Amino acid sequence: MSAALLDIDHVSKRFVKHPNLGERIASLVGAGRKAEVVRAVTDVSLTVQKGEVVGLVGESGCGKSTLGRIVAGIYTPSDGRILFGNAPVAKEQGRRTQKLTTRVQMVHQDPFASLNPRIRIGDTVAEGPVTHRIVKAREADSYVADILGRVGLDPSYRRRFPHQFSGGQRQRIAIARALAMKPDLLVLDEPVASLDVSIQAQVLNLFMDLRQDLDLTAIFISHDLGVVRHVSDRVAIMYLGRIVELAPTAELYAAPNHPYTRALFESVPRVGVGRKDFRPIAGEIPSPLNPPSGCHFHPRCPFTGPRCKREAPALAPIGPGRSSACHLNTGGTA
Amino acid sequence: MSEAVLRVKDLRTQFKTRAGVLKAVDGVSFEVGRGRILGLVGESGSGKSVTGYSILGLIEPPGEIAGGEVLLNGQDLTRLKSEAMRKIRGAQIAMVFQDPMMTLNPVLKIGTQMIAAVRAHDRVSRKVARGRARDALAKVGIPSPEERLDSYPHQLSGGMRQRVAIAIALLHNPAVILADEPTTALDVSIQGQILAEVRRLADETGTAFVWVTHDLAVVSSLADDICVMYAGRVVETGPAADVIASPRHPYTAGLLASVPAEHEPGTRLPQVPGSTPSLANLPPGCAFAPRCAKAGPACTTTPPVQHFEDGRTALCNYPIEPVSCQPLSSTSTTYRSAS
Ligand SMILES: Nc1ncnc2c1ncn2[C@@H]1O[C@H](COP(=O)(O)OP(=O)(O)O)[C@@H](O)[C@H]1O
Ligand SMILES: Nc1ncnc2c1ncn2[C@@H]1O[C@H](COP(=O)(O)OP(=O)(O)O)[C@@H](O)[C@H]1O
Ligand code: SF4
Ligand code: SF4
Ligand SMILES: [Mg+2]
Ligand SMILES: [Mg+2]
Repeated sequence: MSAALLDIDHVSKRFVKHPNLGERIASLVGAGRKAEVVRAVTDVSLTVQKGEVVGLVGESGCGKSTLGRIVAGIYTPSDGRILFGNAPVAKEQGRRTQKLTTRVQMVHQDPFASLNPRIRIGDTVAEGPVTHRIVKAREADSYVADILGRVGLDPSYRRRFPHQFSGGQRQRIAIARALAMKPDLLVLDEPVASLDVSIQAQVLNLFMDLRQDLDLTAIFISHDLGVVRHVSDRVAIMYLGRIVELAPTAELYAAPNHPYTRALFESVPRVGVGRKDFRPIAGEIPSPLNPPSGCHFHPRCPFTGPRCKREAPALAPIGPGRSSACHLNTGGTA
Repeated sequence: MSEAVLRVKDLRTQFKTRAGVLKAVDGVSFEVGRGRILGLVGESGSGKSVTGYSILGLIEPPGEIAGGEVLLNGQDLTRLKSEAMRKIRGAQIAMVFQDPMMTLNPVLKIGTQMIAAVRAHDRVSRKVARGRARDALAKVGIPSPEERLDSYPHQLSGGMRQRVAIAIALLHNPAVILADEPTTALDVSIQGQILAEVRRLADETGTAFVWVTHDLAVVSSLADDICVMYAGRVVETGPAADVIASPRHPYTAGLLASVPAEHEPGTRLPQVPGSTPSLANLPPGCAFAPRCAKAGPACTTTPPVQHFEDGRTALCNYPIEPVSCQPLSSTSTTYRSAS
């Protein structure tokens, strides 16, 4: 196996959560909360090879965006480190060194929020590469025109402002801006979640084309199992801050191992399979403020045993390239 | 179909704006039978929410209902004065929004709000009202409903809050509940729970649901019937399973084909070119024509509603023939459990 481009090494992230306005009001009537610690990401290890697309799936609050932001250098991990091309970058991250910010680029869910409404999109796309001397200022215009063309936008659009574009076009602009930095790694955080399905297909096709042309390496974050299956080589399933299963995409979807993965697949409505006999996962997603003991999934898992409440299962190999974090895989009983 | 409890006929709702008159709902017709679930689908801006608000009498200036009928058990709601409509809204027809906080007051306990909602239409004691509130919470699968009555909305998860909103809608055993993207903001495991409850409620209570969503997979697994909207018009209707297996309108077909889960991973997705048109400058004739692969000379004039077997309709000059239609199952793969 070739050397990993990215090595996420036992990374954790904790946030101190301060009560929001509603909770402060509620605390006046005696029902509020105090500041607490959110365990957003707990002991996650994952490597990404050059040219690989790794999908990151899970329900909201499981830590996908936090992990993505750690990789992009926006957050510093509380524990663990990020190795990029075999060099540790954790130290520099707080200062957001030029080097790192140019090597990893992030594309966010809401393309409008990430574009300055008063700046022409050509200038938005040119700003990063000019500042970081990826391109000379006098060549910026043709550079931007070329990149807009690559993402399927008419190069003349570079004189326009963000509000003149539809949601799908704005997401193309956000991708163009990221690509203009010639990143080694792209982190795409729910890039198609806010788009209509017909537009979503256009953006996914664009991503697959770019991947082929530019040999992109990417972490593709989505809550949509169908989308992730379509674009990823490997998929990591997250639950409450931990990776619970990691596998090559085809194998994962053909035979999910972890009880949570299996339950998740069962819950997903599908087109074209007719009226569904829903057998949803019982219970709510627990709060990362106060995660369950042992295996985080134990209060909702149909196979829970005494060991599951005591001991957190490690993410352990279950086959070539596959791993899963469940006691059922080690020793028969849970 | 059993007799319709809600029949919408040629509904027209428009907004007077500086850009001109926007026909947000332009001749929409559909019906829902007792205990049935109608999936109202379409991409953003297609007029789903405005249709819902129009049915509930919630359109405010600069919007107005410019024509058509909304028949609830035969009574035309569009002709009612606002006072009469208020008596019907929440009692015979109720609405659930994407954000349950549209319904819930953040500073009042769930119980207080539900008791008020009961007594808004029925002269009963607080005690009786509280009992009905508790029963409604139990009906939507909320654990320990008695304790939940004493909770504030923020103490509940988003999924639980949405269940409370559905429970409030159910309080008066309405003929119809109109739900506007109620599970769009929820996680799939929570969405699955709510869809299961709604299916059961429709079957057991006979309440009819109009389930507004942009998600074809939700409609496919939940709804009995489907109504597809594009640019303010209904472009296709029919039994959900039939429409999804063999769409007759090119737009429905395009939407269904672009769902990634139905394709071999990594392959190019069939895409509908372009994007949804602005209502301010719709093309003449069929609004879908600039994006339609089947568009022909007739499409510059408004297409007729074509009627097919099993009550199906499509608003199209050149509807897709069922024979030429590739059944979805040939490309679909199912997510399977290992054990
Ligand atoms: N900046 C932050 N401050 C406090 N808590 C945060 C912050 N960012 C994320 N969290 C919390 O961390 C958890 C994981 O969040 P996130 O990574 O956004 O999950 P996901 O992207 O999977 O929905 C959530 O409980 C979230 O509320
Ligand atoms: N208050 C309003 N004023 C002007 N136009 C409106 C108003 N409300 C909705 N519209 C227009 O009506 C169209 C349909 O909107 P809507 O019913 O919300 O779509 P959907 O729910 O299908 O996403 C949109 O083009 C929107 O811009
Ligand atoms: S470790 Fe136990 S609770 Fe966790 S998924 Fe496995 S069987 Fe279920
Ligand atoms: S009427 Fe014409 S343009 Fe419109 S959907 Fe049918 S074939 Fe396409
Ligand atoms: Mg996120
Ligand atoms: Mg809407």
